Amino acid sequence: MKSLERLTLAHLWTAFIAFAVACVFGLWQMLARSPIPTPGFTPSNYFISVTAHGAAMAYVLTTFFIMGFGYFTAETALQRPLPGKRIAWAAFGVGLLGVVMAVVPVLLGRASVLYTFYPPLTGSAWFYIGLVLVVASSWVWCAIMIVAMRQWKRANPGRPVPLAMYATVANAILWLWTTVGVTVELVFQVIPAALGLVDTVDVGLSRTLFSWTLHAIVYFWLFPAYIAFYTMAPEAAGGRLYSDTMGRLSFILFVLYSLPVGMHHLFMDPEHSTGFKFVQMTLTVLVTVPTLLTIFTISASMEFAGRLRGGKGLFGWIGALPWERPMVLATGLAFFMLWFGGGGGLINMSYGMNAMVHNTSWVTAHFHLIFGGTVVIMYFAIAYAIWPQLTGREAPSLRAQRIQLWLWAIGMMVMTLPWHYLGLQGQWRRVAQFDYANPIIAAWGSWVVVSVAGGAMLLASALLFIWNLAAFHRARTPVQAPFRFALAIHPPERVPASLNGFGLWNALVAVLMLVAYGYPIAQFFIHDRPVAVVHRVDGAQP
Amino acid sequence: MAARTEHEVLATELRWTIAVVASVALISLAILWAGLVHFINPPSNLETIDPTKVHLSPEFTEANLGTRVDEGGRVTTRIVTAQFAFIPPCVVVPADEPVTLRLVSPDVIHGVLVTGTNVNTMVVPGYVSQVHTVFQKTGDLLMPCHEYCGIGHSQMWSTVRVVPKAEFKPGPDGRALCEKP
Repeated sequence: MKSLERLTLAHLWTAFIAFAVACVFGLWQMLARSPIPTPGFTPSNYFISVTAHGAAMAYVLTTFFIMGFGYFTAETALQRPLPGKRIAWAAFGVGLLGVVMAVVPVLLGRASVLYTFYPPLTGSAWFYIGLVLVVASSWVWCAIMIVAMRQWKRANPGRPVPLAMYATVANAILWLWTTVGVTVELVFQVIPAALGLVDTVDVGLSRTLFSWTLHAIVYFWLFPAYIAFYTMAPEAAGGRLYSDTMGRLSFILFVLYSLPVGMHHLFMDPEHSTGFKFVQMTLTVLVTVPTLLTIFTISASMEFAGRLRGGKGLFGWIGALPWERPMVLATGLAFFMLWFGGGGGLINMSYGMNAMVHNTSWVTAHFHLIFGGTVVIMYFAIAYAIWPQLTGREAPSLRAQRIQLWLWAIGMMVMTLPWHYLGLQGQWRRVAQFDYANPIIAAWGSWVVVSVAGGAMLLASALLFIWNLAAFHRARTPVQAPFRFALAIHPPERVPASLNGFGLWNALVAVLMLVAYGYPIAQFFIHDRPVAVVHRVDGAQP
Repeated sequence: MAARTEHEVLATELRWTIAVVASVALISLAILWAGLVHFINPPSNLETIDPTKVHLSPEFTEANLGTRVDEGGRVTTRIVTAQFAFIPPCVVVPADEPVTLRLVSPDVIHGVLVTGTNVNTMVVPGYVSQVHTVFQKTGDLLMPCHEYCGIGHSQMWSTVRVVPKAEFKPGPDGRALCEKP
């Protein structure tokens, strides 16, 4: 096995093992909240589980997957050796150390603050320091991606950077901007409190800093799915990408508009005025644009592929697509879930309407559907697409892969549709159990049980996914054709410098962030805001 | 889909982009309309209070909590949300009349919603959260804490008792209390 393959596999297996374990926690949590008796249930165990599930899914699955896929993309799309492989391995080690440092206190019940921290609640410092190490290792990845693109551009003056790599670097730049908020919060507020150096926290400031990260992080997670839509799905469908330029524009728009919008997570908070909430709401509306452009461009690419395969009429091309291929099937299922998840998201971001759903199961349903559904199903498809290259073997069964993808999509719908409904009925988030003797809550019981069935399907699908990946390593058929990214119908020979780099866009992000977050953060330093006393959850004496 | 030349591709994409921008603008205008004309805005208040001195403030001292009708007839309900209880655990409010909820936290972050209504706000230590509403349904509504606040979070909930206007009878001091359930 070659060195790139080893590096990629180390990252992706770390990501997927964390994912499978977190799925087990997830199903147990759903049981705890249902009227069904649950083995091992205590409130303490429940919040250990929620913290572990959230941190594993949000920080480990995503970060390690994106790093591994990025390394793979850099070498495969640029067709030159990845620079700094040793540094990449060192960063992997630091990240893994960080995961262990964070997981141990969580499982010991000394960091039950969920993955969103909620200071002044304060857990073991090891938890936060471990997560900072994971972030630090991802910064090394960002640097390697940027250097790889620079080296390629120097060797190929005037040529457009391949779209898959352009998008990967866009994500690296987005991530560097994104992590500023949470890192400042952890390093200057939370970790000093956890170490006992300070005994108060400015909660308004910490919530504002976390909101800086909280929306853009979702786009960091989502980038690989979009990279697959643009540069893998058209090839898998037997066609070509409709427009390379629109791909570049969409990725740039994500960099611009996923950052200055985080305050829509604080619509119901008292520490910001309606004025800035409105400004960030308006910018949030704009972040729907790249998604709507993507839906069009990818649908057009699929239509092109379907017609090449003999599809006729207005919709005949849909039936002509090779749905038996996992990448095509996953793209279709991801788009289906995107309609529901995106529609729900429009309600969440709608300023006034947010009051109807804030901190209810609706929100849990929304991000499970859009991240767990649309995004993670594409992580599966990417894994299935690149694993032959990584292992040098073909999959023994595409059927098992298709069953796994269907099971995931159906399970996600069965789990999240009842959650949306329950959220509208007022079912609130983040509680360990409900009192089903209460007449208001009793009426929710049967829908909660339906959602548990969806959760069971998801766990079955997650385990089948691990089985399917392991099957590659045992398989004997050598890989047939080398992996390649999709080309555009009209591959660009030249693109404007602005669509081939990020200088201009970085400057624009800086301006947008100054407008959106300048005063909202500065207010905590200009005005004297009261601070809250640290509340430890790990039993340590202050 | 037309794709004979790159120019044709971009012209098609441009037509779609115009449709996207138009629908996004429409959504923004609808939200702006709701905010400016119907006053549907999120609960932003920007009023500070020292969380360690909540119980000493004249407004949030225990004797002043719950629902109170002032000389002008305005109904205000004051609640302290603390680990892991609401004080008071039950509040009574009149139906079909403007009610102002004012909530503070002396310790960590909490949040409240009232089931079956659009009442929803975070309660952040250091700030007074304020929500204006009109309760339309009568009966006992659930008001749980909806933000993780520690190990006892799941047990933290309270009752909002909405009574018909005629049955809402504050005492001589203007206070209205929940009778025993």
